[in-house]
Amino acid sequence: MYPAYMEESIRKVEATREKRLKETFPRLSDEEKTPLLPKYHPDYVAGTMRQLLLGPNKGDYTPNEVAELLEGNSRINPDKIDLDKIDYDVDVLVIGGGGAGASAVLLARENGANVLLITKLRLGDANTVGAQAGTQAADRPSDSPFIHYLDTIGGGHFTNIPELVEALVKDAPSVINWLETLGVNWDKRPDGTMHELSGGGASRLRLHSARDYTGLEEMRVLRDEIKNRNINYLEYSPIIELVMDDKGQIAGAILVNLETNELSLVRAKSVIMATGGIGRLHIQSFPTTNHYGATADGLVLAYRVGAKLIFMDTMQYHPTGAAFPTQILGQLVTEKVRTLGAQLVNVDGEQFIMPLEPRDVVAAAIIRECQERHQGIETTTGQVGLWLDSPMIDVIRGEGTITRELPAMVRQFGRFNIDITKEPMLVYPTLHYQNGGIKINTDGATTVPGLFAAGECEGGVHGRNRLIGNSTLDLFVFGRRTGRAAAQYAKEAKPSSLTLEHVRQWQRELEQMGIAESRPISPLLLPDYARRMPDYLPEYSRQVLTAGQVKLA
Amino acid sequence: MAETARMVNIYIMGKHYQVPEGLTILMALEYCGYRMIRGCGCRAGFCGACATIYNFKNDSQLRYDLACQKTVEPDMYLVQVPFFPAAKALYNLEEIASTGEQVLSLYPELVECFGCNNCTKTCPQDLEVMWFISDALRGDIREVVNKSFDCVMCGLCAARCPQGIVPYNIAILCRRLYGRYLAPPSKHLEDRIAEIEAGKFDAEIEELKKMEESKLRRLYAEREIEPAY
Ligand SMILES: Cc1cc2nc3c(=O)[nH]c(=O)nc-3n(C[C@H](O)[C@H](O)[C@H](O)COP(=O)(O)OP(=O)(O)OC[C@H]3O[C@@H](n4cnc5c(N)ncnc54)[C@H](O)[C@@H]3O)c2cc1C
Ligand code: FES
Repeated sequence: MYPAYMEESIRKVEATREKRLKETFPRLSDEEKTPLLPKYHPDYVAGTMRQLLLGPNKGDYTPNEVAELLEGNSRINPDKIDLDKIDYDVDVLVIGGGGAGASAVLLARENGANVLLITKLRLGDANTVGAQAGTQAADRPSDSPFIHYLDTIGGGHFTNIPELVEALVKDAPSVINWLETLGVNWDKRPDGTMHELSGGGASRLRLHSARDYTGLEEMRVLRDEIKNRNINYLEYSPIIELVMDDKGQIAGAILVNLETNELSLVRAKSVIMATGGIGRLHIQSFPTTNHYGATADGLVLAYRVGAKLIFMDTMQYHPTGAAFPTQILGQLVTEKVRTLGAQLVNVDGEQFIMPLEPRDVVAAAIIRECQERHQGIETTTGQVGLWLDSPMIDVIRGEGTITRELPAMVRQFGRFNIDITKEPMLVYPTLHYQNGGIKINTDGATTVPGLFAAGECEGGVHGRNRLIGNSTLDLFVFGRRTGRAAAQYAKEAKPSSLTLEHVRQWQRELEQMGIAESRPISPLLLPDYARRMPDYLPEYSRQVLTAGQVKLA
Repeated sequence: MAETARMVNIYIMGKHYQVPEGLTILMALEYCGYRMIRGCGCRAGFCGACATIYNFKNDSQLRYDLACQKTVEPDMYLVQVPFFPAAKALYNLEEIASTGEQVLSLYPELVECFGCNNCTKTCPQDLEVMWFISDALRGDIREVVNKSFDCVMCGLCAARCPQGIVPYNIAILCRRLYGRYLAPPSKHLEDRIAEIEAGKFDAEIEELKKMEESKLRRLYAEREIEPAY
């Protein structure tokens, strides 16, 4: 239920609907776009990024929150770890139980490797389950991998690594097919034609979905398959450090049992990092769409063994996070809402941006509309937002479309007595995705021998901005590629004796630079939202009720 | 501006706490000092990690929900339900039949359902669980797919079934059978895969990969855009 003063603005939104039905807001030209981002996109806010002081990306810029963790202290004392006591001995170790890790472990096993998957929470507690809108693949006759390539590289502002984009778009149709063979249900017409939708920055209808539960459908099928194939996996056992051998190759990992704090050692001939994103670092105090364990762990650990990162100075703020009600602040309002026809409008019901521009452009336009033009709507807790006019969907596509295509959104808002088939949703940008990550080649190999990376923790595929539906695609394309490549690597690997010398060296460097003490311990593993200090109380309740999130401990 | 929050009384596993009005159950637990390890995943109503049972001080009837999506109410008694393993048949999807008999042979306990409807009453997604169990029993796989599609596999239905049936595992079997065998095949997808394998797009993509940025920009700006609807 919206408070009365917000209802007043909603009446204005309703009043402009008929006019907007006929109006197409023009796409921005290159000249209009170029100044918009530096002025309004959060990536450009002065003082929010800094240069890294050590490691393979020394001198590169990254958000302060990420920099702190990348330069962090190890959670272990290498001198106290007995590297002769091996708890698990495998060919391929997969780290992370999201879509990328699940695909990788299935393919590594298919390619003959003895595998183990470890993950921080439950198998499938990951950003993958949250994906609502869908997965891109150019499989319609009027579309082609060529056009998909062009859309992807344009959306990434021409910074994407060409070979990775090529792999992405060429593997896409077979990924859709692979998932279907595993039993994923794609939205289809009775004649078998895929029901495909458009998306921000896409020039063709290319988005494959499963209602608005696409990632859930993909993830629950992969999880079920991992169980059917009796693949070993450990839950609540995050990695806290990578182990090398004396020839400089990856040789395994140290895990911690999150509940008992017991450590265990895995020896592996190759390791696939599939730890996902960074949303729970709440960069610039933004709320996030990400799952509880999205804390950049994989980046931190890969960096510590010398893996090069790429595009770490660009984060994706999803244009439409929920701004009301507070209980779901920052949670995702899927782009599929705009794809289906909902427009973004201000307090007076006027459009201010073509709703299907690339994400960074839409996010910047929303921020401009609120902060510079003061055309937003302020909620009772001081959060500002703009209307996403969902009822337009049924007006355009016919009664019942919203209920059929967006059951998750209808349900989520319905819980708070907001009927999105009748009333618009209040939205504001939210921290969503890490565009960059660990640098890989087309096999998912990083710059460190034996270390592979797949999914959101890897970078280069999307350049400086990812398009809708290209991430779930990325995680299957590179999950599968790394699975194969890491199994092959393991066959040929010549392992040597284990060492944690890299950790000692890292700590020595931090000490010599005099920054060891001021840096946190990393990886973070989980954000700390628990209120324990009495004097934290008013501050906490204010933040939860306004920003919806708390500072990290 | 921020209003001063009113406080409400809640009880976590019997212990009394006061929390500001308007928090979800998950936020309320954190507010009371719990640092979640189990019982917290997506924080957005999609993963089913946070299944929760509650009742009220003066109303002992149990209620069920997702802790990350449910707002606390005065005098709530809260319990978190850790995710427990439930009967799951192991099968090779490539070797099984897409029939009702197959479903029944993997989950014979289906016939034990006596229609108490507890499963439906517990479902935080408001799915018609008992009805899709009866669809499964009749071998109507398609209807199981339709009715169970929004299942987040939180496990509450299985926790409450007096007959030891695990509706969410039966539902995923049906959905996988449907996706694999019963959904109409997509000819255009198969054709495109064949074209890619035959190298049809290799030359033009190779050209894009090598193209100067200015030319690429022009091509991008001038590309034809299919209407969204
Ligand atoms: C709400 C939401 C909606 C989205 N919608 C779409 C969409 O419609 N289309 C699209 O293409 N993309 C979408 N995305 C993006 C996409 O879903 C993600 O980028 C993608 O799923 C990431 O997959 P992943 O396997 O790389 O990471 P995740 O799925 O996040 O999995 C990472 C796994 O690693 C585990 N992990 C983390 N740290 C450790 C550690 N130290 N040790 C062990 N395990 C660890 C995590 O617990 C998790 O299980 C969406 C993202 C979100 C959050
Ligand atoms: S935490 Fe995922 S459904 Fe609540």
